[in-house]
Amino acid sequence: MTETQYWLGVREYETIREVKGPLLIVEGVSGVSYDEIVEVELASGEKRRGRVLDVGAGIAVVQVFEGTTGITRVGTKVRFLGRPLEIPVSEDMLGRVFNGLGEPIDGGPPIVAEEKRDVNGEPLNPAARDYPEDFIQTGVSAIDGMNTLVRGQKLPLFSGSGLPHNMLAAQIARQATVPGEEAEFAVVFAAIGIKYDDALFFKKFFEETGAINKVAMFVNLADEPAMIRLVTPRVALTLAEYLAYERDMHVLVILTDMTNYCEALREISAAREEVPGRQGYPGYMYSDLATIYERAGRVKGKKGSITQMPILTMPNDDITHPIPDLTGYITEGQVVLDRGLYNRGIYPPINVLMSLSRLMKEGIGPGKTREDHAGVSNQLYAAYSRAQELRSLATIVGEESLSETDRKYLRYAEAFEKRFLSQGFYENRDIDTTLDIGWEVLSILPESELTNIKDEHIKKYHPKYKRGGTG
Amino acid sequence: MGVVGRIVRITGPLVVADNMRGIQMYEMVEVGSDRLIGEVTRIQGDKAFIQVYESTSGLRPGEPVYGTGYPLSVELGPGLLTQIYDGIQRPLSKIIEASKSVFVKRGIKVHPLPRDKKWVFKPNTELKPGDKVSGGDVLGIVPETSLIEHKIMVPPNLHGTLVELAPEGEYTIEEPIAVVEAGGKKIEIKMYQRWPARKPRPFKVKLEPTEPLITGMRILDTLFPMAKGGTGAIPGGFGTGKTVTLHSLAQWSAARVVIYIGCGERGNEMTEVLLRFPKYEDPWTGKPLMERTILIANTSNMPVAAREASIYVGVTMAEYYRDMGYDVLLVADSTSRWAEALREIAGRLEEMPAEEGYPSYLASRLAEFYERAGRAITIGRPERVGSVTLVGAVSPPGGDFTEPVTSHTKRFIRVFWALDTALAYSRHYPAINWILSYSAYSDLVAYWWHEHVDPQWKEYRDEAMRILYREDELKEIVKLVGPESLSEHDKLVLEAARIIKEGFLKQNAFDPIDAFTPPEKQFKLLKMMLDFYHEARRLVDRGVPVRSIRSHVDREITELIKAKFTVPNDQLEKLDEIYERLISKLHELRGVSG
Ligand SMILES: Nc1ncnc2c1ncn2[C@@H]1O[C@H](COP(=O)(O)OP(=O)(O)O)[C@@H](O)[C@H]1O
Ligand SMILES: [Mg+2]
Repeated sequence: MTETQYWLGVREYETIREVKGPLLIVEGVSGVSYDEIVEVELASGEKRRGRVLDVGAGIAVVQVFEGTTGITRVGTKVRFLGRPLEIPVSEDMLGRVFNGLGEPIDGGPPIVAEEKRDVNGEPLNPAARDYPEDFIQTGVSAIDGMNTLVRGQKLPLFSGSGLPHNMLAAQIARQATVPGEEAEFAVVFAAIGIKYDDALFFKKFFEETGAINKVAMFVNLADEPAMIRLVTPRVALTLAEYLAYERDMHVLVILTDMTNYCEALREISAAREEVPGRQGYPGYMYSDLATIYERAGRVKGKKGSITQMPILTMPNDDITHPIPDLTGYITEGQVVLDRGLYNRGIYPPINVLMSLSRLMKEGIGPGKTREDHAGVSNQLYAAYSRAQELRSLATIVGEESLSETDRKYLRYAEAFEKRFLSQGFYENRDIDTTLDIGWEVLSILPESELTNIKDEHIKKYHPKYKRGGTG
Repeated sequence: MGVVGRIVRITGPLVVADNMRGIQMYEMVEVGSDRLIGEVTRIQGDKAFIQVYESTSGLRPGEPVYGTGYPLSVELGPGLLTQIYDGIQRPLSKIIEASKSVFVKRGIKVHPLPRDKKWVFKPNTELKPGDKVSGGDVLGIVPETSLIEHKIMVPPNLHGTLVELAPEGEYTIEEPIAVVEAGGKKIEIKMYQRWPARKPRPFKVKLEPTEPLITGMRILDTLFPMAKGGTGAIPGGFGTGKTVTLHSLAQWSAARVVIYIGCGERGNEMTEVLLRFPKYEDPWTGKPLMERTILIANTSNMPVAAREASIYVGVTMAEYYRDMGYDVLLVADSTSRWAEALREIAGRLEEMPAEEGYPSYLASRLAEFYERAGRAITIGRPERVGSVTLVGAVSPPGGDFTEPVTSHTKRFIRVFWALDTALAYSRHYPAINWILSYSAYSDLVAYWWHEHVDPQWKEYRDEAMRILYREDELKEIVKLVGPESLSEHDKLVLEAARIIKEGFLKQNAFDPIDAFTPPEKQFKLLKMMLDFYHEARRLVDRGVPVRSIRSHVDREITELIKAKFTVPNDQLEKLDEIYERLISKLHELRGVSG
C-alpha cells in the first residue's frame, strides 16, 4: 500500500483496483468519508476531479467527473481531499462565465471568495420558509393570465427538441418584473450538456439586452464530460442561495437542459449496477431531483428569493416519461410547449391545458393583479377545454351539426389562440392588457356560458358593458 | 448504555456497522461522532444495517455507532397539537432555534415535547389511592388547546394499584402526576409516555364505521363518502389535486384532531399549512384550525429514510388521540414517497426486488399501515369510542394506476377517490373521476343522512350517479355519430349531467363560499338539480325539444349552477328562490307543445 499523508485530511493512493465506466474502485484506503471530493492525477500529469459514492472497509468507489478515459490502473494517483465539493461564492461572480464545476473560463481574474460553500446545500427547514406570493409579470399572456409565476416559485418549461423554449426563457428573463418594485432579477444560468449554439444564444442575448452584468453563467456543453452535469446545477444553486439569502437579491435561476442531467444520473446508476426504476432511471431520481428543485423559495427574515425555471426536453414529447413526470411531481407547476401549436405558427406555443402554476392563487387578485383575474383565468380554461372537445367532435360529425353555442366555442378557440396566446418575442404585455384580451375573446361566447365569473365582474369588465359605459 | 460498534460501510442513507452483537432489530442507534439518528433494519451476524435519518455526507468507516436500547419511539403527551415535526418527531421550529439556521443541520437533538411548559392538570375525581388501574384509564385531564382536552392515561400494558394521584395544579410533563404500584414496584407516571412507532397501540374492539366523516366537499360527502374510522386513497398524476384535496380534508373535516403528514413532498406546501391554519377557523367550532392539528414534514429534499419513519410516527400519534376518545383524521401526502423510501433502502440492502424494484414486502407494509385505521372502543375507563381515519395520496408514475403502489393500496382501502388528468387539464376541480371512484361506506352512512338531513338522500344520490353513468355512455355515442342523433330524452340526460357537473361536482377549494358546503346545502343543491330534471322530463314527454328548454331557461340554469358560490351557507332559503324562478320560467313552456 502506498499512502502519502500530506496534511490532515488529504490522503493519496495509487491502488486502483478497477476502472468501470465513470467509476474508479480504489482499495486499501482508510479514513475516506462518504461524499468527499477526490483529485485524480493521471500519469500524464492531467488532473481530474471526482467524488466518493460508496465507502466500505478499505474500499472506495469514486465517480470521476471528467470521465475515466485514459486513466490507467497503474500510475494514476487518487487524492482524497477530506472535504465535500465546495465553491467560493461572491457577488463578483455576476457578470462572469464559469465551467460546470464553477471555475472561471472567461479569462477574467480568479474569484475572491467571500465564503466557501458545499455545493450539495442543505434542506431548507419548512418552518423557516415564507410562502411565495409576489406576482412576477413576465409579459407573456399565457403565463401571467393563466399560469402566473410568483417570486420564489420553481416553474419548469417542458419542451421538445426544436421547440422555442430558449426564446421563451430568454423573453421571460428579459421581461420579468415585479410591478411596483425597482429591483431587477439577478440571473444565474446553468447550461447542462447543451449545444454550443444554445449556450451562445443565451450569452449573446444577455449581452445584447445589457443584462450580462447581472448574470452568472455556468456552462457544461454537450461535448464536455457528462458526469460534471451532476454538479453543475448544484454549483449554480449554491451561488444563487448565497446571493438570495446573504446578499438580499432576487435571483432567477435557469437550468437547461435537465434531461441531460437525468441522463448522466442514469449513466452513473447503470455503472454502479443498481436496481433500475422506470426506464432504467434510478429509483432515487425523484429524491435526487428534489435536492435541486427544492432549492428555490423565500425564507423568513431574508429579503432575497430564488425563482427557478428549469428547462427540459421531453423525450418523444412524452409528458409521462420519467424525467418530466418526476419533475412535475416536485416543481410548482409546469409550462408545457406544444408541437401542434408550434407547427401552426403560434408563438409562444404554450399548451395552457397541460400547463399549471400551483402558486398562482396567492399571487393574483385585488392589490396584486386584478379582482377578476381568477374568474377570467378559470373561464378561459373551461371554455378552451370545452372548445377542444368540440373541435374533435366537429371533425367527425361536421361543424354544421353542432349547436349555435357550440360553434361559438370553436370561434372562441380560434380567437384565443390568435389573440391571447400568440404574441411577439418582443411584445411585453402588462397584466391589464392580458386580462382585457381575455375578456375580448371570452365575449365571443354567450354571457350565460360564463359560469365561472362573478356577475359583478361581468358587469364591470365584459366589453359589452364597458362599451355601453355602464362599467 | 448499550452496544457500541463501528462503521464499516456507507452508501447513501445506509450505513453498515460491525461489532454490533446484542443490537435489536428496529433499535434506534446514534451514528458517527455527530451522533446522527438511525434505525437498525437488518442484522447479519454481528453486523447491523442501519438506515440513517440524516445526511450521511462526511461519515467515515471506523466511526462509532451507539445503540440506545429502545426502538424508534414517539413521545406522546400534551404539546403535540399545533406542532410541526420532522419525520422522527423533532420540532422543526426548535431545530431553527437550536441550529440558528434556516437549513436543517445534522445531529441536532431537541425534545419532541416542551419540557419547561407548565400544564394545568385536573385529576380524575373518580379515582382514589388503592384503586386498581390499568392501561388507558384516565388519570386526569389537561386543556391542551382551546379545542382539545388532553386525557392523561395510564400507559398501555400497565396494571396496578394507584398509590398517589397529584392534586389539581400546574405541572411540567417531567413531573410525576401519579404513582402506581405494580409487581411490587412503585412506578411514577408522568404526563407523557413513549410508544414504539411501528407497533399499533392496543384497543378493546373495533366497531363498524357507520358515521360519515363530513368533509364539506360535495363529490366526497354525497357520492363517495368517507366514514369515521375508514380508509381511503387518492391517487393521481402530478397536478391533479391530491394535495389540495388533502389540505381541504385537513381544513374542513368534522374530525376532532387532524394529523397531516407531508411525506416526501414540497416544502412550500407545509409552509402554506403552517401559515394558513393558525388564521383559519375550524368550521365546526370557530376556533383556529391549528389547535386541532399536528404537522409532520419530511419534504422531498430531506433525508429519505426519515420519510419512511414519518408515516409510523404520525399514525402512532393518531392512535394516541383515538385512545382519548377522539375522532382523528390522518392524511399522508404521499404514500408513494414512503414506498419509494422503502424501495431505496431495500435497493441499498441489495434485497431481491419484486415489481418495479419495490421490495416484496411492500404490500404487507401497506396493509399494516391501513390496518391501524378504525373506529374502536378504547382500552381503559371510562369507556370511550374513538376513531382513526386514514387517507393517503398515491402518486403513480405517469398517472398509471396499474403500478404497484396504487394497485396494492387498492386492496387495503375502502374509499377510492381516483383523480383524472383529463379532468384536471380542463380545470374540472376536484378532478375526481366519478366513474372510477368508489366508496364502500355509502350504504352504511345513508342512515346518518336520512336521520340528520333528509330521508330521500340515498334516492337522490343514486339517481345522480345513474345520470352520470348514462352520460358517460351517451358521450361515447356522441363521439361516433354526433349529438343530433340522440333522442330528446337522452339529450336531457346530457343537460342534467352538465348541470350536476358544473353546479355540484366542480368545487373551487379557494372560493370562500364554495370551498365548504354543509350537508344540508349539498342535499338541497342536488335535489334542485334533479327536481328540475324531473320537471323538464315531463315537458320532453309532451314533445318540447330540449333545445327550447335550454334556450328558454338559460339564465336561470346559469343561476342555479352558480348557487354553490353565490348563496352563503347560512342563507339556504335563497336557494328556494332560485329554484322557484327556474321552475316557474320552465312552466311557461307547458302550453307550447303537447
Ligand atoms: N378543488 C380545487 N379547487 C381549485 N383548484 C384546484 C382544486 N384541486 C386542484 N386545484 C388546482 O390544481 C393544482 C394542483 O393541485 P395539487 O393538489 O397540488 O396536485 P397534486 O398534489 O395532485 O400534484 C392546484 O395548485 C390548484 O391550482
Ligand atoms: Mg401534491
